[in-house]
Amino acid sequence: MTGSKILAFGGYQPDRVVTNDDLAKVVDTSDEWIKARVGIESRRIAADDETVTDMAEAAGAKALAASGLAPSAIDLVIVATCSPLVPMPSVSAVVAHRLGIVAPGAFDLNAACAGFCYALGTAANAVSAGSARNVLVIGAEKMSSWVDWTDRSTCIIFADGAGAAVVSASEEGEPAGIGPVVWGSAGDQASRIEVTGRTGAMRQDGQAVFRWATTAMAPVALEACVRAGVTPADITAFVPHQANLRIVEAIARKLGIPRERVADDIVHAGNTSSASVPLALSRMAEQGRLQPGTQALLIGFGAGLSYAAQVITLP
Amino acid sequence: MTDQEILSGLAEIIDEIAGVPADEVTPDKNFVDDLDIDSLSMVEIAVAAQDKFGVEIPDEQLKDLKTVQDVVNFVSKNS
Repeated sequence: MTGSKILAFGGYQPDRVVTNDDLAKVVDTSDEWIKARVGIESRRIAADDETVTDMAEAAGAKALAASGLAPSAIDLVIVATCSPLVPMPSVSAVVAHRLGIVAPGAFDLNAACAGFCYALGTAANAVSAGSARNVLVIGAEKMSSWVDWTDRSTCIIFADGAGAAVVSASEEGEPAGIGPVVWGSAGDQASRIEVTGRTGAMRQDGQAVFRWATTAMAPVALEACVRAGVTPADITAFVPHQANLRIVEAIARKLGIPRERVADDIVHAGNTSSASVPLALSRMAEQGRLQPGTQALLIGFGAGLSYAAQVITLP
Repeated sequence: MTDQEILSGLAEIIDEIAGVPADEVTPDKNFVDDLDIDSLSMVEIAVAAQDKFGVEIPDEQLKDLKTVQDVVNFVSKNS
């Protein structure tokens, strides 16, 4: 079986910065309250005419350029998103066309905030199965178009952005650079995070989700380590979905991973759902916080409830 | 488990999660008003209490547990 590896990451954030003070003018909240509860200082919100497809294209272009591969080398494009403007056509087919990738396999995948880790696992499996050789994996979201801007429990959390990775087949004899994905779901708790009705806004039972994430996700992350043959002590970068800084810190504490190895991109990016993991990775790469050749642990979790985790070797 | 044992176990948990010194955790203290503990920390405390005492404190119950004594009573009654 062919192994797979990540060649490069890319990220894109909209230009518009929205601070906590900006939000305090719209809903009853404060900078202090938001920082204490979710750890966010500012977030990026897309322009009115900026779509998930636009953001996916921008992040995909960066990852593709950084990978050194020509667009023609990509034979599969997967976009994880739960907030596209329209349900069809797929974001992935349009993005592939815009990037000059000719006739790749292309589909969107919805596992909400766990989407990128699901897509990465699916990409690795496609390479292993021989269905693809080089895969562009993107997480892109415009959560601002689905939140209720009068609901202070959610509108302060969610934000917009995109992140991408290029996955390629490993060389012969090279160890696999993407470990087995550990994924699952808890549909009995589907109503904890949902959009009701076709034009409805997103609702979240924050306390219940917080309890679930801080108790159920550390064991999933540990299982991903076991499946990859590493321990949390081997992990040089822990990149959980940037849901809430307190959830991030609680999971890291349970795994015994020191703070300096933990992604805290939420502080200036907000919760960008399926984009948060690759966006954090691309920023950490830019900041020189990723050590090539060492192991990173990724975990996504959110609506569904659904979750997925895997260990990767950093490019 | 005596109430005193529950209280000292709870004080250890609150120290670890919220950084409140154990000797400040006395029965009459209100979590929000006296100890500055918010609802998310209460969830973490409830989860840690479940691990320590084997008593589950569901979210629906949690909102009614306002003081340290309330939690001690709940654990004592359900253990």
